[in-house]
Amino acid sequence: MTGNFFYFLTFLTLFAAIGVVVSKNPVYSVLFMILTFFALTGHYILLNAQFLAAVNFIVYMGAIMVLFLFVIMFLNMREDTEQHKPVLSKIAAAIAGGILFVVMIAALKDVNTQMMQPAVFDSQIGMVENLGKVLFRDYLLPFELASVLFLAAMAGAVMLGKREPGEQNRF
Amino acid sequence: MELSLLLIKGLIIFAVFGITLLIATYSTYAERKVAAFIQDRVGPNRAGPFGLAQPLADAVKLFFKEEFVPANANKFLFIAGPSLAMLTACMSSAVIPFGGTLIIGGEAIHLQAIEVNIGILYVFGIVALGVYGIMIGGWASNNKFSLLGAIRAASQNISYELAMGMSIIALLLVTGTLSMRDIAAQQGQELFGISGLNWNIFYQPVGFLIFIICAFAETNRVPFDLPECETELVGGYHTEYSSMGMGLYLFAEYVNIFVASAVMATLYFGGYNFPFMHQLGLPHNVVTILGTVVLFAKIFFFIFFFMWVRWTLPRFRYDQLMNLGWKILIPLSILNVIVTGGAILLKAELF
Repeated sequence: MTGNFFYFLTFLTLFAAIGVVVSKNPVYSVLFMILTFFALTGHYILLNAQFLAAVNFIVYMGAIMVLFLFVIMFLNMREDTEQHKPVLSKIAAAIAGGILFVVMIAALKDVNTQMMQPAVFDSQIGMVENLGKVLFRDYLLPFELASVLFLAAMAGAVMLGKREPGEQNRF
Repeated sequence: MELSLLLIKGLIIFAVFGITLLIATYSTYAERKVAAFIQDRVGPNRAGPFGLAQPLADAVKLFFKEEFVPANANKFLFIAGPSLAMLTACMSSAVIPFGGTLIIGGEAIHLQAIEVNIGILYVFGIVALGVYGIMIGGWASNNKFSLLGAIRAASQNISYELAMGMSIIALLLVTGTLSMRDIAAQQGQELFGISGLNWNIFYQPVGFLIFIICAFAETNRVPFDLPECETELVGGYHTEYSSMGMGLYLFAEYVNIFVASAVMATLYFGGYNFPFMHQLGLPHNVVTILGTVVLFAKIFFFIFFFMWVRWTLPRFRYDQLMNLGWKILIPLSILNVIVTGGAILLKAELF
């Protein structure tokens, strides 16, 4: 049952991820990306990481993808107005992507895929309480540093978006 | 799981779904009656006794109208938009506990469709998805007014979700759990010797105020109904919709109101608990059924409140809406989190 569900989710993820790349219409790309994240949420649940699944759902599907869709709707790109990229950049992109693929395979080739051990398996490991304990006890410094990074990014965005004194509204 | 248990679970899920749709249906009737009452009119009174068959008449009318798809609209997304809006609206009532436990034959049955230990996050995630229905429908219509309505809906939902999340964080500091069932059960404890009055509103009044304002914004109700502001945008995101496409959008709004009311009643107003619930000396099952009735009374009050506000307050201007969200509600909610955290530490230190 769980195995079949995994294969279904994997199929959905790959299908949607390929859809992101091959769609001509950027709005379809974004919608396929939302579907990809939805399938990834399912993967998190299968991996027993309920909290991570919920956060992935809320933050990526609920907030970041809405902003993506927002921007793309504003640009309102159409198939006929889209510029065709030069052949050279297409070849360069294919090579770069291929190299990344090779690196991923090389990194994952020797991964230790041991089976789940019932003796040490803790089904509660992905619950909010345990995750919170790990984050705030064992990895407090990296966690806080990451939040400082977010704060810096936020301050930067506010700085860029701020109207200079004397600047007019341009639209 | 035993077959009978599975059957009971299925029955409860079916009942919750049915109740959600029924209440949403009669909210349309109640809305028009409340509007009539506030404006000193009679309201719908032709279809059936007191106009009670009016929602059915409306549904029949919507079904038999022409389903019109504009020439240059994206057909698939044009139909997917309202369907998605309805789907997400119906999903969120699954985790709300509509009552305590019924004990039948020594077996405790929870009056809740599904129990998730991250219930609040589930509701929050589904609410965040709700905006896609509006955005997709507005974009697919290929109409400037629809697109503007969709974009307004997106930016409004994103802005108010932040403040809503912050107000929930302060609530979670108090309750210490993300499960809706546990939060509802906690509020049945004693406060000043009265059982069933340990409501979160007494600990989080500011949080509740922020939450209810954000709930109005998330459900696109007056005074935050800018996405369908007819003085500026014709009809907003549903300008091009007719027949059931329009009907689904309207219906999704009422389902959302019901869910928002139920969440508010559960999180802040004690859920199915009522004062003196354990001191009356009634049998357990009677207390549970009374609790469910009380919960629905609270939900109906909040639905009435939504309507009351709609016919009382004028609409915000768009910049006022953004200022309220970003410059008042978010700082206030962060302050609320800090004060709540400080109070909890102080209480742990002193008592």
